[in-house]
Amino acid sequence: MAYDKFEILKSTVVPLPIENVDTDQIIPARFLKATERKGFGDNLFRDWRYNPDNTPKEDFVLNNPVYSGKILAGGKNFGSGSSREHAAWAVYDYGFRCVVSSFFADIFRNNCLNVGVLPVQVSADFLDKIFKAVYDDPKTELEVNLPNQTITILSTGENEVFEINGYKKQNMLNGFDDIDYLQNIKEDIADFAKKLPV
Amino acid sequence: MSTTLFDKVWDAHVVRNIADGPDVLFIDRHFIHEVTSPVAFLGLKNRGIKVLYPERTFATADHNTPTINQHLPVEDPLSANQLKALEHNTNEYGISHWGLGHEKNGIVHVVGPENGITQPGMTIVCGDSHTSTHGAFGAIAFGIGTSEVEMVLSTQCIMQPKPRKMRININGTLGKGVTPKDVALYIISRLTTSGATGYFVEYAGDVFENMSMEGRMTVCNLSIEMGARGGMIAPDETTFNYIKNRPYAPEGEKWEEALAYWKTLKTDSDAVFDKEYTFDGTEIEPMITYGTNPGMGMGITKNIPQADEIEGGKSTYIKSLNYMGYTEGEPMLGKKVDYVFVGSCTNGRIEDFRAFASVVKGRKKADNVNVWLVPGSHIVESQIKEEGLLDIITEAGFSLRQPGCSACLAMNDDKIPAGKYAVSTSNRNFEGRQGPGARTMLASPLVAAAAAVTGVLTDPRTLI
Repeated sequence: MAYDKFEILKSTVVPLPIENVDTDQIIPARFLKATERKGFGDNLFRDWRYNPDNTPKEDFVLNNPVYSGKILAGGKNFGSGSSREHAAWAVYDYGFRCVVSSFFADIFRNNCLNVGVLPVQVSADFLDKIFKAVYDDPKTELEVNLPNQTITILSTGENEVFEINGYKKQNMLNGFDDIDYLQNIKEDIADFAKKLPV
Repeated sequence: MSTTLFDKVWDAHVVRNIADGPDVLFIDRHFIHEVTSPVAFLGLKNRGIKVLYPERTFATADHNTPTINQHLPVEDPLSANQLKALEHNTNEYGISHWGLGHEKNGIVHVVGPENGITQPGMTIVCGDSHTSTHGAFGAIAFGIGTSEVEMVLSTQCIMQPKPRKMRININGTLGKGVTPKDVALYIISRLTTSGATGYFVEYAGDVFENMSMEGRMTVCNLSIEMGARGGMIAPDETTFNYIKNRPYAPEGEKWEEALAYWKTLKTDSDAVFDKEYTFDGTEIEPMITYGTNPGMGMGITKNIPQADEIEGGKSTYIKSLNYMGYTEGEPMLGKKVDYVFVGSCTNGRIEDFRAFASVVKGRKKADNVNVWLVPGSHIVESQIKEEGLLDIITEAGFSLRQPGCSACLAMNDDKIPAGKYAVSTSNRNFEGRQGPGARTMLASPLVAAAAAVTGVLTDPRTLI
């Protein structure tokens, strides 16, 4: 199993209503020097989270004790930029299992799905409702239901259906990854390789 | 049925189609480097599986490498460790490795094409988003995550839903001082950094047909900066002439066979795209970015837009200008410049150094700027010397560093200090991209050269 199974997640939310949050902010390049996948959560949003002298920046949401939870809500075009999977690792390692946004960058979305973080894309209106609910009451919980593909603001009952490709959904529900699948069709792959045009 | 160039290449590589799932796509060429591969190799080891086709994978060291004194041991222990891991892993699995000091070493997206490894009709991936560069040859090339690197090493396939298709047409003649970098920054400024998310882009029209291979690589390289999975340009005589006789190019009968196939790789005249944009090449000026994403760019003679003119979040826009120390409505011309960086997988090719040299020839470096000129590979470095460009550059007071990713992403020692302004030919102006607190303005090698000799942001058209 590549990561913990994901079925239904009920959690409070950490709000980060900034557009175009790029992967260089999620994990700056200087923290990509590890040769093992561990400890990335410590450097999640490093330069927004800490001053150069390593003291926490009080106005950054991860340093605000009022907000916590396993769901990160970000602005439009979340995860743009680099292909570094370290960004998804950092999100997972910090303790988030789900990122909600009105729009995700492609590679980041893929990386999340491959490492067990569920990217939930909602309408801009619904995202606004989430931010409003969380700012009104930081104890607001969301329920992310993967089998039903719904996301609900529990205090108001407002909900939306989100899309996920059926294959990826099964993977997330079972904690499988693509390599498990591909390992089983190696003979087909070898046959195919012999027939390539060049 | 009429199909696009993208369909032709994609469909030829689908091993299996999964209902309501991704396609299993066969990968012809896999490039790896020291940063995104170690955890993938660790994964192979943990699962007890081998590399399926080691001969289809090519390794080079680039992100972490120093750009001076490359003959000495790498000082940063973490960088040294990653470089060592790449050497060890490639040895163990029988993968070719152009490490530090190797005559072919350089940036992954520079060395692939210049050695003829990148060819039309191929599927190419690498754990680096700027893999889109290779699309310049009519290949489907895109960046992947480390889990996918492990996937390709172990099965030579990845699982991808087929992206939608976009065509961007630009016709007309580019004006004086307008380079492929400006074309790309112009497109991104029009489409925004998410405007092509979910799409694979084909660039068409005479601006691209008349472009050199280096220029096409620059444009395709930046496709990712508008969110696209990749960009591609149909192969033509320019492409074939570039590839012929390079070390990994097919030879003799194989060449003829390949050429016949490559000539079929074009979009049918009545093929339909999911989205299409058309721009006028004569409208494009030398470009400059003023904010903290590559979409925040404009013609160099314009003023920074007002927040109200910008679609989307005003607070995000203001945050971005605050980071840069700029305000709405002010001009960029004449702004102070502390650093100039020419290099990276976007603009570290020979044509870029020719452009830089053409402006600095007969002029002198401005005293207030630090200038880092970093070739994309040892081969580019040799070309700079052979063509006499090094003499011009040296005469003007500049020096040449050794190849690598350098100040593009500051994983090595080349970092722009906090608060300093850099005109950079690289691909990203994100907060802290070139070092914590660094302020980046993306531009072409001509704009970089103009800043390097005047010390301020200058329209290169006034110097050529």
